[in-house]
Amino acid sequence: MLALFQKLGYTTLSTLQKLGRANLFILHVVTGLPEILTRVRLLLVQVYSVGVLTVLLVSISGLFVGMVLGLQGYNVLSDFGAEQTLGVMVAASLVRELGPVVTALLFSGRAGSALTAEIGLMKATEQLSGMEMMAVDPVKRIIAPRFFAGCLSMPLLASLFSMIGVMGGYFVGVGLLGVDEGAFWAQMKSRIDFYDDVVNGLIKSAVFGVIVTWIAVFEGYDAVPTSEGVSRATTRSVVYSAFAVLGWDFVLTALMFGGD
Amino acid sequence: MQSSKAIEIWVGLFVAAGLIALFFLAMQVSNLAELKSNGDSYRIVARFENIGSLRVRAPVSVAGVTVGRVSAISFDNQTYEAVVEMRIDPKYDTLPIDTSASILTAGLLGEQYIGLTPGGAEEHLTDGDEIELTQSAIVLEQVISRFLFNKAEGGDKGSGSNDGGTPTE
Amino acid sequence: MTGGNADDEVLVSIRNLVFSRGSRKIFDGVDLDIPRGKITAIMGPSGTGKTTLLKLIGGQLRPDSGTITVDGRIVHELSLGRLYELRKKIGMLFQTGALLTDLNVFENVAFPLREHTKLPESMIRTLVLMKLQAVGLRGARDLMPAQLSGGMARRVALARAITLDPMMILYDEPFTGQDPISMGVLVKLIRDLNRELGLTSIVVSHDVEETASIADYIYLISEGKVVGQGTPDAIRHSESPWVLQFMEGLADGPVPFHYPAPDYAADLLNPPA
Ligand SMILES: Nc1ncnc2c1ncn2[C@@H]1O[C@H](COP(=O)(O)OP(=O)(O)O)[C@@H](O)[C@H]1O
Ligand SMILES: [Mg+2]
Repeated sequence: MLALFQKLGYTTLSTLQKLGRANLFILHVVTGLPEILTRVRLLLVQVYSVGVLTVLLVSISGLFVGMVLGLQGYNVLSDFGAEQTLGVMVAASLVRELGPVVTALLFSGRAGSALTAEIGLMKATEQLSGMEMMAVDPVKRIIAPRFFAGCLSMPLLASLFSMIGVMGGYFVGVGLLGVDEGAFWAQMKSRIDFYDDVVNGLIKSAVFGVIVTWIAVFEGYDAVPTSEGVSRATTRSVVYSAFAVLGWDFVLTALMFGGD
Repeated sequence: MQSSKAIEIWVGLFVAAGLIALFFLAMQVSNLAELKSNGDSYRIVARFENIGSLRVRAPVSVAGVTVGRVSAISFDNQTYEAVVEMRIDPKYDTLPIDTSASILTAGLLGEQYIGLTPGGAEEHLTDGDEIELTQSAIVLEQVISRFLFNKAEGGDKGSGSNDGGTPTE
Repeated sequence: MTGGNADDEVLVSIRNLVFSRGSRKIFDGVDLDIPRGKITAIMGPSGTGKTTLLKLIGGQLRPDSGTITVDGRIVHELSLGRLYELRKKIGMLFQTGALLTDLNVFENVAFPLREHTKLPESMIRTLVLMKLQAVGLRGARDLMPAQLSGGMARRVALARAITLDPMMILYDEPFTGQDPISMGVLVKLIRDLNRELGLTSIVVSHDVEETASIADYIYLISEGKVVGQGTPDAIRHSESPWVLQFMEGLADGPVPFHYPAPDYAADLLNPPA
């Protein structure tokens, strides 16, 4: 019994300690921003490997999610004779929820895990330590460009996902199932609000971008520097990101859409 | 690893694609284009005894076409009425002065909106005008309770209340 | 205490160093001096904390107590900015080379220059090619680290360590895992660099022969203490049983062959319940 409490206490303390480290770490990362702004190339390279290389995955997923929404939405709405509102349903689901959330999950699987593994391996092979000995701060030189590239890429990727999803819904709804094209777009336009839906969705994806990239770079930097440690860190990076995204999605949704 | 020029091009394309997507969401999917043209829209007001669950930004439509949006809702302390302010797209500037406004529901349980029915006058509504003829929202609970009340009375006296609108509580 | 030089001849001086990892004391009162312009070897079995000692000297770890002075400055009392200034004058050759895997050989060697100087590209190219020439790998400038053999990777790392013309180089196990030819190349490189550039070198190693052949002075460390020191000749003729066991590579001696364990017979006869 006592051992159980001890274990609980230990877990609590070490979790708090880790949270503390993660917060100090991110403060350190943010101090690297001015340096990045003077060396934009470092950022560009990372936007390429974090953002550009994720575009294909996000686009294809967006297309299929949009098509499924079109199909499912049509089945439900046509029972009520409301298939005119298919565009609204597809766009609202994508812009408010699926765009930010699914993109964040895909992003964490594709880019976040790669970041964790890359940084963890750099630590395990003493590259980070080596940089420190060359009087170069690895947090500013290695971590900061990756972090900001992730924060920048996520909203762009989520917007792409939503746009392509709407296209997919349009293709299935209007193209295949014969929903009236004018009604599809007009209803969508009149019911989707720019500030309430599009901007809030954008804010969500920006928040998720920060969370997912933060977890990814921190897990890599905090990894036990062995091959086993790096592989565990990579798994943790994806799992924690998924929990964090879904949890924060609830909080943000309650704040943004729950009030009125 | 790509050459540095190729990376720059790819990143440029990526950022452009993301911004285009955002622009698409703003202009094609949402109502931003409409919100923007609000600048030169004109304002009319209408008073209702009961607006039900009408909200700011609800559509204002004529013959099923959205011509504007509800821009503000307030309460008049003197007359105990709801004052609804609407902004109408300047394209639709030929609404007769005797147009009537009613609060309608999209579908059985859908969102409430304002439907305008044009009258026959020659003069047109302009900025700041008030619509005189209004019909309040139909509040489902009141309709049901009145129906039940009438049943209980046995219907011998006919309808006791006037039809003019729902009484305010 | 050491080579018997005047104080300004001592570049690194360590006094009463205590450092622990968790509950384990890795250093327990170590004193040593590294003379300027010489090659000093620090030897000891694996896991004694040789790498840890280099990290302490470079300011990556802080001692629990005691002082580490490098070039007149107490390393663990420097501000981060000062510490970085000091590190620019220290080259370190990591056990694995620690080359940046996403940069090619040329860019790896150019890295410190690009980070710390604003030299024009043509100057950087000249400097990098000079350093690569010194380690004999000018022809390998376009290879990626993954394409290098272990010995080549270490030579590239060495070229990188000398790009900023440091006053001191720390070598962490430079010979471990090298074939005899690479080993010979590295021995020659370390000796030549030290002589030609007037560097101070600290070589951490457990390879007795190679290290003894280049070192001016040797410290032997075991279980957190300095257990022997002297010139290679003096060490070779030491009467200390520990030094003898280490230098001769004997299986048993003061360092027991067996990890601490209960009595063998008792252990066999009493299986755990
Ligand atoms: N990051 C670390 N955390 C905990 N213990 C460590 C760490 N690094 C090294 N050690 C321990 O410190 C001791 C000395 O390690 P090290 O300096 O690498 O030895 P050497 O280089 O002489 O082989 C070893 O027992 C090792 O297990
Ligand atoms: Mg070591």
